[in-house]
Amino acid sequence: MTTRIVELRRGILKKNDELAAGLRSRFTAANVLVLNLVSSPGTGKTTFLERTLRELRSGGARVAALVGDLETDNDARRLAASGAPVRQINTHGICHLDADMIDKHLSAWEGVTLSGLDYLFIENVGNLVCPSSYDLGEKIRVALLSVTEGEDKPLKYPTLFNSADAAVITKIDLAEPCGFDRELALRNINEIRPGIRVFETSARSGAGMDGWLAYLAAERAGRNA
Amino acid sequence: MHELSIAASIVDAVTDTASHYPGARVREVKLRIGALASVIEDSLQFCWEISVAGTPLEGSKLVVNVLPVIVNCGACGKQGQLASLQSFRCPYCDEPAGDVRQGRELEIESIEIDEIEETV
Repeated sequence: MTTRIVELRRGILKKNDELAAGLRSRFTAANVLVLNLVSSPGTGKTTFLERTLRELRSGGARVAALVGDLETDNDARRLAASGAPVRQINTHGICHLDADMIDKHLSAWEGVTLSGLDYLFIENVGNLVCPSSYDLGEKIRVALLSVTEGEDKPLKYPTLFNSADAAVITKIDLAEPCGFDRELALRNINEIRPGIRVFETSARSGAGMDGWLAYLAAERAGRNA
Repeated sequence: MHELSIAASIVDAVTDTASHYPGARVREVKLRIGALASVIEDSLQFCWEISVAGTPLEGSKLVVNVLPVIVNCGACGKQGQLASLQSFRCPYCDEPAGDVRQGRELEIESIEIDEIEETV
């Protein structure tokens, strides 16, 4: 018997990365802007996304959403109130979405084609750790943080915040009763991801939504807002 | 806790490579994992035994080489290692430095196998 060392130099998530690269070229070819929304459970991803879908639709944009959860289709039903096509992905215990799930659900989605969309939102499973490893082919990864969670969330979850392209602070209508320290939160986000675009929003009052929607339109048009 | 999914991906990739060496047993798997890769070595080691059971990797040892984060500083032009993940600043001039050059790796570096020599 002989012992041999075999060099692999291979990405552990190579299969996922290849699938994600394939998705990304399809998204680009269809000219659809794809965003991956990531946060803790309870940050308000679904409420924020529902308002985003509604406002984009009323502006004439063609939008759709894939929503990941361990169980239930509650979020898909909430998002469907926006009038946009929505498809639930149940991961049954898996703590993140991966590119294969996105690929399969896009193929099986009757009535929705990439070429018929301007924007596709992917609401990830509520988790601030695991989704950061899995590329879904998105152009923009958005990390969300609510004023009720504490200003140090970016410091506690640097791997996720560092992988984000944009950050959204949600529920700013509750900032005052929560004693939210805005300067500290912005400083912490910038310590982890220097220079990142940050949007301060309330899906309930509509505050900050205009800036967010302008950013989406500019990103889709391929220019910087 | 996605280390179980990560372990399963490693087992798939290594099984694939080991299939080119019929009858071989895998003794050791060496990984390179960046400090920003969101993978915890302890959790991965904890999952290893159950993940390799009944595969050509059964009984193998997992060796994890954790790579620190290295950033490139736009202000002073130097590259340096972050002292902590709490602050992405240049270790030389303390300016914000978001240009990560190392730390996101999630790689299988090599495997060590015992080959059965062919008998005639």
